Amino acid sequence: MIFARLYGPKGWLAVLAGAIVVFAVFPVLNLVVPPESAFHVSAFGVGLGGKFMCYMIVAVAMDLVWGYAGILSLGHGLFFALGGYAMGMYLMRQIGADGQYRVNMPDFMVFLDWKEFPWTWWNSDSFLWCMFLVVAVPGLLAYVFGYFAFRSRVKGVYFSIITQALTFAAMLLFFRNATGFGGNNGFTDFKRILDIPITTPQTRMALFAITGAVLIATLLLGRYLVTSKFGRVLAAIRDAEARVMFCGYDTVHYKLFIWTLSAVLCGIAGALYVPQVGIINPSEMSPANSIEIAIWTAVGGRGTLIGPIVGAGLVNGAKTIFTVALPEYWLYVLGLIFILVTLFLPHGVVGLVQRWAKRT
Amino acid sequence: MGEKDVMLSEPPAAVEGRLPDPDHRPWPWWPPAPARKEMASGAGNIDSTQLDVRHGVVLYLDDISVSFDGFKALNKLSLSIDAGELRCVIGPNGAGKTTMMDVITGKTRPDAGKAFFGTTIDLTKLTEPQIAHAGIGRKFQKPTIFEHHTAFENLELSMKADKRVRKTLFAKLSPEERDRIATTLAQIRLDDSADRPAGLLSHGQKQWLEIGMLLMQEPKLLLLDEPVAGMSDEETERTAELFLTLAGTHSLVVVEHDMSFIARIARKVTVLHEGSVLAEGTLDTVQNDPRVIEVYLGR
Amino acid sequence: MIRRILLSAAFTLASLVFAPLAHALDPAVVARLTSGESDDQVAAVAALVASGEDRAIVLLRALSEGEVQVAGKQVLIVKGEAAVDAVTGAGVSPLPAGLEDVGVNNRLRRELESGIAALQLISPDRATRLAAIKELGANANDAMLPLVNKALAKETDPDIRAQLEMIAAAMELKGGTKESRIAALKKLAASNNPNTKPLLLGVLEKGAEADEDVRRQAETSLRSVEGRLAWAGRAGLLFSGISLGSILLLAALGLAITYGLMGVINMAHGELIMIGAYTTYVVQNLFRAYAPGAFDWYLALAVPASFAVAAAVGMALERSVIRWLYGRPLETLLATWGISLMLIQGVRTIFGAQNVQVENPAFMSGGVEIFTGVVFPYSRIVIIAFAATVLVCMAVLLNRTRLGLFVRAVTQNRKMAACVGVRTARVDTWAFGLGSGLAGLAGCALSQIGNVGPDLGQSYIVDSFLVVVFGGVGQLVGTVYAALGLGLANKLLESWAGAVLAKIAVLVFIIIFIQKKPSGLFALKGRAVES
Repeated sequence: MIFARLYGPKGWLAVLAGAIVVFAVFPVLNLVVPPESAFHVSAFGVGLGGKFMCYMIVAVAMDLVWGYAGILSLGHGLFFALGGYAMGMYLMRQIGADGQYRVNMPDFMVFLDWKEFPWTWWNSDSFLWCMFLVVAVPGLLAYVFGYFAFRSRVKGVYFSIITQALTFAAMLLFFRNATGFGGNNGFTDFKRILDIPITTPQTRMALFAITGAVLIATLLLGRYLVTSKFGRVLAAIRDAEARVMFCGYDTVHYKLFIWTLSAVLCGIAGALYVPQVGIINPSEMSPANSIEIAIWTAVGGRGTLIGPIVGAGLVNGAKTIFTVALPEYWLYVLGLIFILVTLFLPHGVVGLVQRWAKRT
Repeated sequence: MGEKDVMLSEPPAAVEGRLPDPDHRPWPWWPPAPARKEMASGAGNIDSTQLDVRHGVVLYLDDISVSFDGFKALNKLSLSIDAGELRCVIGPNGAGKTTMMDVITGKTRPDAGKAFFGTTIDLTKLTEPQIAHAGIGRKFQKPTIFEHHTAFENLELSMKADKRVRKTLFAKLSPEERDRIATTLAQIRLDDSADRPAGLLSHGQKQWLEIGMLLMQEPKLLLLDEPVAGMSDEETERTAELFLTLAGTHSLVVVEHDMSFIARIARKVTVLHEGSVLAEGTLDTVQNDPRVIEVYLGR
Repeated sequence: MIRRILLSAAFTLASLVFAPLAHALDPAVVARLTSGESDDQVAAVAALVASGEDRAIVLLRALSEGEVQVAGKQVLIVKGEAAVDAVTGAGVSPLPAGLEDVGVNNRLRRELESGIAALQLISPDRATRLAAIKELGANANDAMLPLVNKALAKETDPDIRAQLEMIAAAMELKGGTKESRIAALKKLAASNNPNTKPLLLGVLEKGAEADEDVRRQAETSLRSVEGRLAWAGRAGLLFSGISLGSILLLAALGLAITYGLMGVINMAHGELIMIGAYTTYVVQNLFRAYAPGAFDWYLALAVPASFAVAAAVGMALERSVIRWLYGRPLETLLATWGISLMLIQGVRTIFGAQNVQVENPAFMSGGVEIFTGVVFPYSRIVIIAFAATVLVCMAVLLNRTRLGLFVRAVTQNRKMAACVGVRTARVDTWAFGLGSGLAGLAGCALSQIGNVGPDLGQSYIVDSFLVVVFGGVGQLVGTVYAALGLGLANKLLESWAGAVLAKIAVLVFIIIFIQKKPSGLFALKGRAVES
């Protein structure tokens, strides 16, 4: 009964409205409406919207593992960044010989005096191979890590802390120049994607629309999952794992499935994020970034799927405004959000709205 | 005694080749499975049709020992339950009743001893879900249900089915399954509360719901840890009736402190004390056993 | 070669003829020094050095400063308007006419420098002698051997003696007979000087030493020196490992209480450490402003102050936020992370985003030189001792006091403790304050060895959680072993693979370890853990 609401007509209408905004309103306002008009959406606006939608995908992915399976990951930023790096590799190869050194090799490699590509860059000029890596690298890492963790029944805070250690270790690794991914500068100065210049309004709008499509697909997939029997088993694992095992479910496989899926979704979001933002570096893997993902989900409301989308929008919107207007105060605001949401809004904004709707 | 000897020699031979080897490693460098073997890749492989009770014994524990940091929770416990039997287990706190259930359901691995379900299924080598599939259902001391799910969903989740991920992803309830859930809901008198979140039920109703979930699993052996705690007299009476109807087709092990309830259902009673069996027999025999009196009343 | 012969000739001559006239410089030698002929001048320097006269050093210094002038046969040291006779040391006034400068070329300048150093070897001032030894050790010249031997005969300070012996041995190697070379090599075998190894390697180089016996002795000596150098390296490694371990321990001890005993996931623990460090900074500034004379004692106030401030902040947090989240670890984690963000920004607002300088008191600067090149800094030693003291105090507090009893009671069975009259809420606050105070102490210690900035705590939070989890939650002993073990492992790996890879390796090891043994190194097995 709790899940049935998601399938109601209101839910479908909301999805439809979102699709119209992404596929019609934004493109028209950006490409057709002249820049002088008050309704024109600038390139910055499109980029910001695309970025936010990437965050929303991550938030939904986080909700699937935390809200529904009760697994709080403090390492989702790692999967996001890995997807981003896989895409970044391809974009770096697309620069071709247009870099500073006019050599068919990324600038940082020339700078380090490398003569050939490291093995990790094998076939990285192939778009399809890199798209495979976008899915496979976060997925495989999550699968292996999750397999050992869930099999050993590492759960709760323990699990959270070791995911944090994992992303921290990865960040240190990527900070090294010798790792072969550009050290602390990461990848930037992209020129083309699929041989098309990356900064034209049309390319940007295409990326924006693809991101929107992925977001809607993620939401629909999540909706299918959580309303299926599988979703009910997940929620049961969250509430009473021992009982689920004594019912005959192998909870390891359930957790592993949703955990890996969530990591893959993050990887895809990361891959969409990099061409729109134009940079990827190891700071994306910092523990602080990952824990922020959790708060987007908490602000919107855990276990609601739509909540995390709202939460990611609200928190990042506030971040955009504050870091421009009052940069000194942003951390206070973010800190307060963390505290107030956990103390007073256990069901997030969506929970608040629901309660309010019920009362009137 | 002769029968016992047969069983001691038989199970290992019969087990071979039937169960997936939990110690199997795909490569030599592959890490060995941890002491608690959770790799239940074949959770669906063993089901209660494999249960072999030709010798009339459904559960057989032999010399089971479990210790926690030197404290012996179970000390060479031996127990055997016949098919269709309703056995009551009593004993003071710390006698090892819950640990015994943990061993049978795979939650705790014994340090030593054998535990067989029927004559062929070695419980010490299976994980919790595998044991559940093999046909052992367990009710916890504290009612453990899915509080955020409705009563209906609670039963749906515990219903006997293929419980692997890829089946569950596309599972749809058939009309027959709906009927079964409805029947069970009526049996545990929760048909009016089918769509209420289980967390809102009364304590007694939760106990009943958990028993209902056990029934949905269609187990051969039910382990019930204090099933009537917190129930009204009327509910207790109905529970007793239910257990008596189940006995015969199912085997039941009931742990209870409520002696009037025991008296109502008991045929054979086992008294546990300090991790091993102190006395066994009818309630009268046990109650008059001087050692039992010493343990319960002495000191 | 020619130079060597000349030098030794001049030197023998000088020591034979002029030794009796110890009190004045030989005018002939002084004349040669000003002759303008390089070889003559170098020989004269050697002769002056061999004389060991006080006035010789004055003359050589003056020459290297360009203060020596010649008027006919008279050699004068001219400083502004005043002048003295270089030979007798008598004042000369007025200045004679027709003074000429004495030129110093680069070759002569080098000779002058080592000559001055050699003469300083017999200076009555210990520090001067030590400085001279350092100078000579770098470029020993065999012509100075007699002077070094002379200095050795007079020297009473064992430290300086040992170093002089090394220098003498090095000189013997260059010019001595076979026997003296072998004897010198034997002496070198006992040296701790890092220059010894290249010296011995030089002897072993192809063509450097023809004599087989000498070569063999050189090999033996080299082995023993290398062995000792390896030990020195290991000792250094062990020390830095223990040092890092003690820092991890300090950072994790507070967490062992708040997380290990109370089960509160306090992500702001690192910021409590940071607060402790900033408190130390403030106390330091107050001392500098109001009691500069007692600056060396500022730590005596900073230690209790950092404990008190961090404890107060911790107790305030417990009362205002954490209290409402008991039993909801994931929510606690998020809320305390929010607190940590606010604390970081708060410190940035008050003190600025830049790192601040915390100065060591004088007694903590410098260190013990175990081997040459292997120094154990006093600051690290003090911190190791400090960590041990804090650990002992905490053990006593938890096991021997009423508060400790209450804390243990509440953490083991809250309801029962409440039933027997323990005010559990108050105990929670105090215990949390204790853990936070310990974090403050860690911050005070960290301020003595590293940068103090708003992000200080962030770099310790992952580490300290891993230490507590690795050691086994609720196990103080485990925390100690885990901290030391991880510190040593980190430093050991660092010597092989570099700092970053070592850190990654340790993190990955702990991640794997926790999966193998989720309850840590020293966990209690049993029903308590199961539930």
